[in-house]
Amino acid sequence: MIIPVLICVISFALLLQFFVSYCRSVIAAGRKSELSPQVREIAGIRDDKLDEKEFVRLVQLLRLCPGSGEDGGEIRAVGVYYSLLYAIRGFFRPMLPRIARWAQAERESCSYFAAVVLDRRITYSRELLAQHMSGHV
Amino acid sequence: MLSRIDYAIWIVGFLVEVSAVVSFLVCRNFLRYIFLSLYLLAASLVTVGQYLCIKKFGWSSVEYWYYYYYSESLLTILLFFVIIQFYDLVFQELNASRYVRRGAIALVGATALFSYLVIRANQDHLMSRFVVELGQNLYFVGVVLTYLLWGAILKLRETRTRLIQLVLALGVYFSATAAAYALRNLFPSLQPAVLRWVPPIVGIWLPAAWAFTMMKVSEDARLVTSHLLARAR
Repeated sequence: MIIPVLICVISFALLLQFFVSYCRSVIAAGRKSELSPQVREIAGIRDDKLDEKEFVRLVQLLRLCPGSGEDGGEIRAVGVYYSLLYAIRGFFRPMLPRIARWAQAERESCSYFAAVVLDRRITYSRELLAQHMSGHV
Repeated sequence: MLSRIDYAIWIVGFLVEVSAVVSFLVCRNFLRYIFLSLYLLAASLVTVGQYLCIKKFGWSSVEYWYYYYYSESLLTILLFFVIIQFYDLVFQELNASRYVRRGAIALVGATALFSYLVIRANQDHLMSRFVVELGQNLYFVGVVLTYLLWGAILKLRETRTRLIQLVLALGVYFSATAAAYALRNLFPSLQPAVLRWVPPIVGIWLPAAWAFTMMKVSEDARLVTSHLLARAR
């Protein structure tokens, strides 16, 4: 009985660590990209630091914007991470405000990542439209 | 009886596995990551085999049961070779490939011996808790190996984004499946309603994450690993 309990506890702890690191690696790769003026205009983004609540709105915009379909998995993974951070922030806010602040900063990174993906999709749609137009001409 | 959700997960899983193989071929990484490619190819074939097995023998048949668990064990062993390849890539600059291969052969041998001993000791009730325990142990060995690899990546300050993401995706897969098997061992009543969904969903995660990494992350992309560790400011 003790072995399954140990395996279960260790696996859950490592699952959390692997998943958080994976999401951070995906977000970090997006952090290097600059947002284009088009996406800033469409999404109403003014500065580079996005509010954590913007994530939901940006994901809604992503659903409206057609893409090549390759980034669906990463958006879902980051979405799960965003919700997980919400739970962490809510849980630790009264006891450990430092962790709550970290969770908030991470959620802001998630919003920035969503904006980068939206930017990518807008570029993709524009290219698709340009190809379509040139085909007709 | 399989529900529509079962079929949907199944079809999505198969399509994701096939597209992952295609993405490895398109990015010309089939040979570079040969064990990953072979695993994905084998996983796709196993899915086709599952369909044929269900069609011929039925979902609740003993044949399908054996096919499901033993093909899964074989796929897990194939994943050990994937981990070995990752170790090889991480330690390649240290010229430690020879030691990695020796260690890998010893590990595969030990796993085979362990499995043989467990099978010998459980000959009379192969169908009961044995497969669950074997699956749980195999996946947990995978979790430990992946965690050690992750530790080596951090210690050696590995910066290849592609390699890091491939390893972390595998870590998520192993730990989620090991946790699901352990929970099933502890609470068998959770299996029909909750836990049976975990392996197929996590089975979609792995090829999807690998395909995404192959398509979106270039071989030259670099990342500072210390930034990936969660630290409260």
